[in-house]
Amino acid sequence: MAKKSKVIEKEEVVVRFSGDSGDGMQLTGSLFSFSSAIYGNDISTFPDFPAEIRAPQGTIGGVSGFQVHFGHSEVYTPGDNADVLVAMNPAALKANLEWLKPGATIIIDVDTCDDKNLAKAGYKSNDPIEEDNLSSYNIIKAPITTLTKESLKDMGLDNKTILRSKNMYALGLVFWLFNRPLENTEEVLRQKFSKNEKIAEANIRVLEAGYNYGLIIQAGTPSYHISPADIRKGTYRNLNGNRAIAWGFLLAAEKSGLELFLGSYPITPATEILQELSSRKDLGVKVFQAEDEIAGISTAIGASFAGDLAITTTSGPGLALKSEALGLAVMAELPLVVVNVQRGGPSTGLPTKTEQSDLMQALYGRNGESPLVVMAASSPVNCFDYAFYAAKVAIEHMTPVILLSDGFLANGTQPWRIPEEGEFPAIVPPYVEKPASEWKLYERDPEKLNRFWALPGTPEYQHRIGGLEKDFLTGAVSYDHHNHDKMVRVREEKIERIADFIPQLEVHGDEDADLLIVGWGGTFGHLYTALEGLQDEGEKVALAHFSYINPLPKNSYEVLRKYSKIVVCELNLGQFASHLRSKFPDVEFLQYNKVEGLPFTVAELKNHFQKLLEA
Amino acid sequence: MSENNKLAFQEYKSDQRVRWCPGCGDHAILNSIQKVMADMKVPQEEVAVISGIGCSSRLPYYMNTYGFHTIHGRASAVASGVKVANPKLHVWQITGDGDALAIGGNHFIHAIRRNIDINVILFNNQIYGLTKGQYSPTSKRGFISKTSPYGTIEYPFRPGELTIGARGYFFARTIDKDLKVSTKVMKAAAEHKGTSIVEVLQNCVIYNDNTHKEITDKQFKDDRTIVLEHGKPMIFGKERNKGLLLDGIKLRVVTIGEDGVTEKDLLVHDAHCEDPTIHLKLADMEYPDFPVALGVIRDSEAPVYDQCARMQIDEIRERSKIKTFKDLVTSGEVWEVK
Repeated sequence: MAKKSKVIEKEEVVVRFSGDSGDGMQLTGSLFSFSSAIYGNDISTFPDFPAEIRAPQGTIGGVSGFQVHFGHSEVYTPGDNADVLVAMNPAALKANLEWLKPGATIIIDVDTCDDKNLAKAGYKSNDPIEEDNLSSYNIIKAPITTLTKESLKDMGLDNKTILRSKNMYALGLVFWLFNRPLENTEEVLRQKFSKNEKIAEANIRVLEAGYNYGLIIQAGTPSYHISPADIRKGTYRNLNGNRAIAWGFLLAAEKSGLELFLGSYPITPATEILQELSSRKDLGVKVFQAEDEIAGISTAIGASFAGDLAITTTSGPGLALKSEALGLAVMAELPLVVVNVQRGGPSTGLPTKTEQSDLMQALYGRNGESPLVVMAASSPVNCFDYAFYAAKVAIEHMTPVILLSDGFLANGTQPWRIPEEGEFPAIVPPYVEKPASEWKLYERDPEKLNRFWALPGTPEYQHRIGGLEKDFLTGAVSYDHHNHDKMVRVREEKIERIADFIPQLEVHGDEDADLLIVGWGGTFGHLYTALEGLQDEGEKVALAHFSYINPLPKNSYEVLRKYSKIVVCELNLGQFASHLRSKFPDVEFLQYNKVEGLPFTVAELKNHFQKLLEA
Repeated sequence: MSENNKLAFQEYKSDQRVRWCPGCGDHAILNSIQKVMADMKVPQEEVAVISGIGCSSRLPYYMNTYGFHTIHGRASAVASGVKVANPKLHVWQITGDGDALAIGGNHFIHAIRRNIDINVILFNNQIYGLTKGQYSPTSKRGFISKTSPYGTIEYPFRPGELTIGARGYFFARTIDKDLKVSTKVMKAAAEHKGTSIVEVLQNCVIYNDNTHKEITDKQFKDDRTIVLEHGKPMIFGKERNKGLLLDGIKLRVVTIGEDGVTEKDLLVHDAHCEDPTIHLKLADMEYPDFPVALGVIRDSEAPVYDQCARMQIDEIRERSKIKTFKDLVTSGEVWEVK
């Protein structure tokens, strides 16, 4: 039994932990990714949970998953399909078969494969392996429940607590599979359960039991080895998109010298930003959980008027409710950041799933000529950067900014290199500098066209703003038709001129590519991985990925016109493609669209691009 | 008015021409507000006047203070944001029966529930004026208007009842042209910590002229209203011979000297009482069964949201190890890549 089984060297591996929503799969997945990150692998993770908080146990609807992709080189997505599946019950097995690589390793808790659970998962026989024709897979049938109970039998714990540590048995087994040390995880468990040593001890004991079980059964089971990746030096931590956004605003507040105000109403999948900032009172954050979405943005507008860095966070249906108030922020020319963590729509749609279908709403969903800045983060960790820059643009140009994220970025994690001092620039609010007697409310910065900010509380600068059209200079209410035309145009131009202050569009891949892939927002990882894959196969392809949607980067046209074949890929029916067509009518854009509530898979992208290259 | 005060009073007027209809009750309310600010000597720059949409909501443009004319119904929310962002500001909200009680009902009740320190002046003319004459949520049942040509089939809101129902701690009522009561209750509202609601019975000279006339007209005002004063017995009437007493659980109008009733039998107004039961009864009194209550009906103390928000931040700041952004990002599970 002790003979060493074969070790497979791999570039990258995808592991999917799956069980009932009460099985602790999110924790198991997080612990595994943390350990992999410390080991030096690059990682990308994605949790997948049902909209219901506790769907019926043992059913496919109640399956909760956590996918970890880790590699020897950089990884940009949580991976399409899994190399290893941990299935805590038959439903978890059934629900995930579609997402397995051929010949994948499946660890299943055979103790849960009783008639009742098999029936709930929709199996007709008592052998799911046979029934689903899984003989070509590498199946590890582990009696996880029994062995967990066995290893804790002398600890005097109640049955419920014992069963709750089953997930650690599975985790131990996966650590064995990848030849990983347990020390880091044991340390995390000790910290996590520092108030209850007995629970910490139980979890660690089960973790080790799972690992040892691997050692015992190793004959015949291949184990994997993935060397550490070559990653930029620095201090790292794991971060998901929602928390990254919250933290980006914290840095922006510090860099601008403004206090941070969030007015918000809970909505999936944006709620975590509200929760994170609610616990940041230690950094002085003022969080106002409003009575509705409209009050969320309205309190933020009030706070902005009073001189705070004001933000509101939401998802698509909430953005719809905020439309009128956004128009007020446009008219009043106040800084404001609205975060829209997009989900499947329309209406309530698919609240826990991802989509990019709010782009048109963000660009045009208001009455009147109502231009504002639209930006989109493109990876979980660069949500931090874009939150920071959204705040910078909002403040320095005195404008509302909509920052688009999505359910995929919000919940996905990646290692985040903690920025060094000075890596992010200062944010300079355009306060009025002129003496009050010479200042006019709507006079503008000649370069950026923003008006200047005078904060309530400052003597002599009393002024009135509001939703009615204002005089071009004095800011008094004006119904003059020429003045309105002038104001509409200057508000538009103010936004257009922001193109002078944002980065140029970058092209990845071949200068003279046969196909230019165009994307925006949260699809970057999948598009980039597809690009690399095609390049490895010798194809001449390039990728232009947009994070600034309005205004577009200044060189957009220069880039796009160079390519004869361009495909715009997005998780909607072609909203960005339409936007590009309206801006660049002489450029031809093909489309690749998917609206399943799921991210692209690299495989489907590559497949489609191959076809376009052949055509 | 002393010479000094007159000067100060002018300083609260902006350079904009007031555009309300001649004869509109809003002119008098504006005067009362400016007079109260002058009397209280509040520096103009420390005042923020926030409004929604409607005739009343144009008021900020006429004040030489900071002002924000926002969108329909949302003034309570915007004002809440202003006050939480900078609690040093004196925040006033100007609103009407449509703005506060129809489209903005949700924000109105929640501002009151939170007890944010804003002074809300609610212009109640029982009509939509700026859209030219549709019934409002305070129009009397059966009211005929452009959108209720056969009479409304809805009961109106009573602003006082709504305020107390939302756990309000300050409610006062006045009449637009009654400068004496108006300035008195607005001053009390300004001094009150927490959300203060002042209902002003306001006349719309164009679309709902004389809607409050049966109680506000000089010739019967004294008999049909009662000006409540904390600590004073509830006496009213031209002859100062009528009063209110509690009969079982109901209020009753009595005449002093008749049926053996003496002044000692009358209710003494306790605006500061936390229990709102009597306040609710007083706020709900309607003519002709009762005199309409004016003055400060309820003025009781409770924790104030913006103060509590500030205190909580100070307390957590003191206690937490995380003092800066850097402390935050380097705490917890981090690792070095060398």
